[in-house]
Amino acid sequence: MASAPSKLYADDVSLLVVLLDTNPFFWSSFSLPFSKFLSHVLSFLNSILLLNQFNQVVVIATGCNSCDYIYDSSSATSTDAESGRMPALCSDLLRKLDEFVTRDQHLGEKDSLGPPTSSLLSGSLSMALCYIQKVFRSGPLHPQPRILCLQGSTDGPEQYVAIMNAIFSAQRSMVPIDSCFMGSNNSAFLQQASYITGGVYQKPQQLDGLFQYLSTVFATDLHSRTFLRLPKSVGVDFRASCFCHKRTIDMGYICSVCLSIFCKHHKKCSTCGSAFGQPQSDVPSASNVK
Amino acid sequence: MNNGDGKRWNGGGEEDEDEDEESGGPDGWQITYADERSWESLQEDESGLLRPIDNKILYHAQYRRRIRSLSSQATTARIQKGLIRYLFVIIDFSRAAGETDFRPSRMVVVAKLVEAFIREFFDQNPLSQLGLVSVKDGVAQCLTELGGSPESHVKALMGKLECSGESSLQNALDLVHGHLKQIPSYGHREVLVLYSALSTCDPGDIMETIQKCKKSKIRCSVIGLSAELFICKHLCQETGGSYSVALDEPHLKELILEHAPPPPAIAEFAIANLLKMGFPQRAAESSIAICSCHKEAKVGGGYTCPRCKARVCELPTECRVCGLTLISSPHLARSYHHLFPVVPFDEVPLSFLNDAHNRSPRSCFGCQQSLLNPGNKPGLRVKCPKCKQHFCLDCDIYIHESLHNCPGCESFRHSKSAIASEE
Repeated sequence: MASAPSKLYADDVSLLVVLLDTNPFFWSSFSLPFSKFLSHVLSFLNSILLLNQFNQVVVIATGCNSCDYIYDSSSATSTDAESGRMPALCSDLLRKLDEFVTRDQHLGEKDSLGPPTSSLLSGSLSMALCYIQKVFRSGPLHPQPRILCLQGSTDGPEQYVAIMNAIFSAQRSMVPIDSCFMGSNNSAFLQQASYITGGVYQKPQQLDGLFQYLSTVFATDLHSRTFLRLPKSVGVDFRASCFCHKRTIDMGYICSVCLSIFCKHHKKCSTCGSAFGQPQSDVPSASNVK
Repeated sequence: MNNGDGKRWNGGGEEDEDEDEESGGPDGWQITYADERSWESLQEDESGLLRPIDNKILYHAQYRRRIRSLSSQATTARIQKGLIRYLFVIIDFSRAAGETDFRPSRMVVVAKLVEAFIREFFDQNPLSQLGLVSVKDGVAQCLTELGGSPESHVKALMGKLECSGESSLQNALDLVHGHLKQIPSYGHREVLVLYSALSTCDPGDIMETIQKCKKSKIRCSVIGLSAELFICKHLCQETGGSYSVALDEPHLKELILEHAPPPPAIAEFAIANLLKMGFPQRAAESSIAICSCHKEAKVGGGYTCPRCKARVCELPTECRVCGLTLISSPHLARSYHHLFPVVPFDEVPLSFLNDAHNRSPRSCFGCQQSLLNPGNKPGLRVKCPKCKQHFCLDCDIYIHESLHNCPGCESFRHSKSAIASEE
């Protein structure tokens, strides 16, 4: 029988890092208003903290122009110390979220490229993974970390390499990435993330019952997931998209030097400048096409 | 005086034997001090007080030296990386591999580390292939052919671990040369020799073999376990590989794993080519098909070749029916970070931090750890030259070695558009 100290950080203690999509261009045209969405999420976060005394929750907001930490349940600052943690969760989180959204909007005013449709998921994923590494370094007794992405905006293809880097790093550290995607079409990035890291991908059908989806699918800790039937991944699309037209292809040509994908035979690689079929010599530097 | 390390410094084998018989060898508590001399990790500061060595700062300094040397190599010569590699690992199973200077024996340690290397190799180079060669009794044999599945290599390696006879470098190189001659021209040909012996017993002129390998553009690297040998050094110099000798087990592990990431590719060695590859879709869970690798009916969870529609069980693989290489986009994406590396971060000088006019962030941008030393003075940190965010030393190491994304650059859209407009 395990002795008392090791029972304190048993395998059902979790650290949940929530990546909250705050893209105003998505929420303004979505069926569920952002305020109702927040009420579902806040109740869900409260329930996580209630499930176990040592559970921790960290919330990172994914904006269009920036990402930032919004809430950390393990930090000692709370405005209303006597009433315990629950009211502090709501007031702190909402205040910081409000400040974040205003700042994000200011940053976007100088943008001349037009309204972005995607939010900076790669940034918040990278920040979440750095935080989780810090938790791993804190010693042998630590909660089991996982990441939950609450995303609605479409995938930004310019973030592909960064998101894949984050996914592989999460896979190595054995951190599952769960996703609850609320947009219209399925997000290929999040499907791949959940498949590769062993997380759960769900696209809720009825959004006014969002709290129910969150608490039945995403609230369980990693140890208890072995006993539950969670939604299985159906039809993850692993096809690549060609670098020239950004179309998904199922058969293509790969440059052996830089591994860029093309749909048709070319004489020269547009990414690294290598001429095919001839030994390479000094080639002029080509621009990085991400 | 017994200096606590369990050894007696009065020489003479007989005396040691007598003492061993009397005391039954070093005591348990003495053994712990034989390896870790904890008193050596204390230092005196200026006023004579003891303080422990700050391992974190030393580790970080070592890491920064390594990063700087790597980045200076990459920027001076526009070095590309060899991403499609065909690597043979030659393991020496001669008599010298049974030496016990690596515990329990050199052979066992090498086998364990090669297993870890195989997994790391396929993790970092999903499109590459690996083969194993063993040298025993003066004869070199292929343990496994060039292939892409880590499990088959590990199984063959761990099958029989026994050592005997002499080691022959020339026979091993001849065997490997025969195999590597046949691979396509866009692949990078590499050999890694794990050499324990101090001699080589060759049937002919090894210099000729070395010239043959050099002409076939095979890059040979050697890791020695005993001492430095001229012939190994000559081989590595001629073919452009690296030669290192391991000092102890952790050093050996570091040296072997250094060969897992793609080496800087010498441009003339491989011809650039367009390779036709397929990206199969994963079959639905309830579909039933006969798989082409096991020749039996399987339910669900396989991949369908886009050209001939045969079912395969795992990726990456080559379709047995039509020969098309089948991979998935994450396999390619694993190598993209070599092409788009994160710039090394700059150290923020303490003079800048101590200047009261400069307001530096109190916490690391990535992990929110406090960057202040006890006493509220700004502590050591690094800064990304592109997005100007401050990071702690541990995040610096994690970002450059594992994550390959700067959280600051990814979290600000304007830093992206600024970079795009510069190019």
